[in-house]
Amino acid sequence: MDKRDVTPAAVIGLAVAACLLVPVIWPLDQSAVALDNISQAPSLTDPGGTDDLGRDVLHRSLYGLRVSLLVGVVAALVATVLGGLIGGVAGLLGGWTDRILMRVIDTIAALPHLLLGIFIVAMLRPSLGAVVLSVALTHWLSTARIVRGELLSLRTRPFIDAAITGGASRARILTRHLLPHVLPKIALATTLMVPHAVWHETALSFLGLGLPPHLASLGNMINDGQRSLLTGAWWASIVPGLVIVTVTLAIAALAARWRDRLDPRVRAELEL
Amino acid sequence: MIRLIRRRLAVALPVLLATSFGMFLLGAASPIDPALQYAGGAVSTASEENLAQIRANWGVDDPLPIQYLRWLTNLIGGDLGWSTSRHQPVGDVIAARAGWTLLLIGLTLLVVLLTSLLLGTIAAYRRGGLLDRGLRAAAYAVESMPVFWLALAAIAVLALALGWFPAGGLTDITATTTTLSDVAHHLALPVTVLAISQAPWFLLFVRDAVAESLLEDHVLAARARGLRGRTVLFGHALRTALLPFLTLIGTHLPELVGGSVLVETVFSLPGLGAVSVQAALGSDFPLLAAITLITTAVVLAANLLTDIAYTAADPRVRVDG
Repeated sequence: MDKRDVTPAAVIGLAVAACLLVPVIWPLDQSAVALDNISQAPSLTDPGGTDDLGRDVLHRSLYGLRVSLLVGVVAALVATVLGGLIGGVAGLLGGWTDRILMRVIDTIAALPHLLLGIFIVAMLRPSLGAVVLSVALTHWLSTARIVRGELLSLRTRPFIDAAITGGASRARILTRHLLPHVLPKIALATTLMVPHAVWHETALSFLGLGLPPHLASLGNMINDGQRSLLTGAWWASIVPGLVIVTVTLAIAALAARWRDRLDPRVRAELEL
Repeated sequence: MIRLIRRRLAVALPVLLATSFGMFLLGAASPIDPALQYAGGAVSTASEENLAQIRANWGVDDPLPIQYLRWLTNLIGGDLGWSTSRHQPVGDVIAARAGWTLLLIGLTLLVVLLTSLLLGTIAAYRRGGLLDRGLRAAAYAVESMPVFWLALAAIAVLALALGWFPAGGLTDITATTTTLSDVAHHLALPVTVLAISQAPWFLLFVRDAVAESLLEDHVLAARARGLRGRTVLFGHALRTALLPFLTLIGTHLPELVGGSVLVETVFSLPGLGAVSVQAALGSDFPLLAAITLITTAVVLAANLLTDIAYTAADPRVRVDG
């Protein structure tokens, strides 16, 4: 492990630990309203300040991070399966199937995906499933491209020819020779997708179209904080935003370094 | 060129059609009953016969393929339908707002292009210098900030704390007419926020492209001829790095549209993005579907245009359409 990986890895570790442990180490009802303690600036008792219903903003942000990361990871996994299947079909079959699929993917990439996501959520009514579906349906393209590109370049390598000459079945070539090469790239693509999925979820929640309002998601909190902004309580929307920025930046930095190791020819410029 | 257009359309039109079909299916599967929605507050007193009459008038009980074809032919014929949340023809809603969104996106694109070309070129000239490192760090930081959060932070500091800019809207509340200076004052903050959130990607691209072209032979030749540094940098190095930039503007448009939806909502601008969010909150299928489809078609067309411009500007390029 590189010295430069320590900071982002520590941030992610801390964030995940906080998500898992917050009910244990900070046992506070996240929806308990305290009207005698509203819109207080950050202090020792309430490190993130309190919102306009007297709830601690940092405490709720950690609960929000739980929800947002969960949605982000699940949506990224669904998108990876979808993209992996379509990219796999294109890469394995090649020829016309590949050309048509790639054209279609290029065109889909040019669609305004936030609007389509809004449409999906609006028609299915805001819920966890609708948000996951809306993010997954708009994020599978990059995985499909990566899988397809890897498979096309692997197909021409001598060790595949050797396996075919050796009489390996199609299934064996796929599982023993192709998949082990493609899986690390897929895992990297999924990791890089998590921050995007989190942004997408927060954007939808911020618009009031994501998760139901009683759930403390980071987007919902920034949306709620908009009201407090006008009364000077900036922390109600700035603190949850800072949580998003820190965690997504750490994930992006770690994933970028990981990509360097997979592909030493390109060097990432993101260093923290 | 003709071949490029033909091949692009051969994919774009089916994708557009499939999108419209998918959107229609989602709308049909949605649990929202348009008749109940239309009745609104009168729903508790409306008789079942009246509701059935509304459904029959609108044809929402017809088989789905027939409904879809009717919707599509109406759309193509220019009849965009009736907005159930704004109680007004969809065409009127869009016509009144499209201009403001185009203005916001156009101004933002202009600001992003000018600043990223200028700053990216200077950063590439002094690679590894203070400006280069600072810009790159800032670019990566901004890329991980959600644009609506950036907008709220800008409002908190520049509008509420310092009072330099209005916090939202398009004109002053007391204004009775739309004057240019008033609109400019109100648009300054939204345009800046949207531009900052979109700039990193363009800036990093220009910086890398110019850095690469600075190492090419023709730049060395220009230096050897004794041309001024500024002429070499902007006239030779930047010029060759510019061409691929054209298509990238096209591919980045979807992001810009998404950003404008969020920024318009935060700053309460009367544009298409804000109204589509209101339509989504009100489950207004006709309005939301029309805005989404029209925007999609416009973005696809703009993509095609930038690619045509690219092939026209550089005859060596063959964009595989």
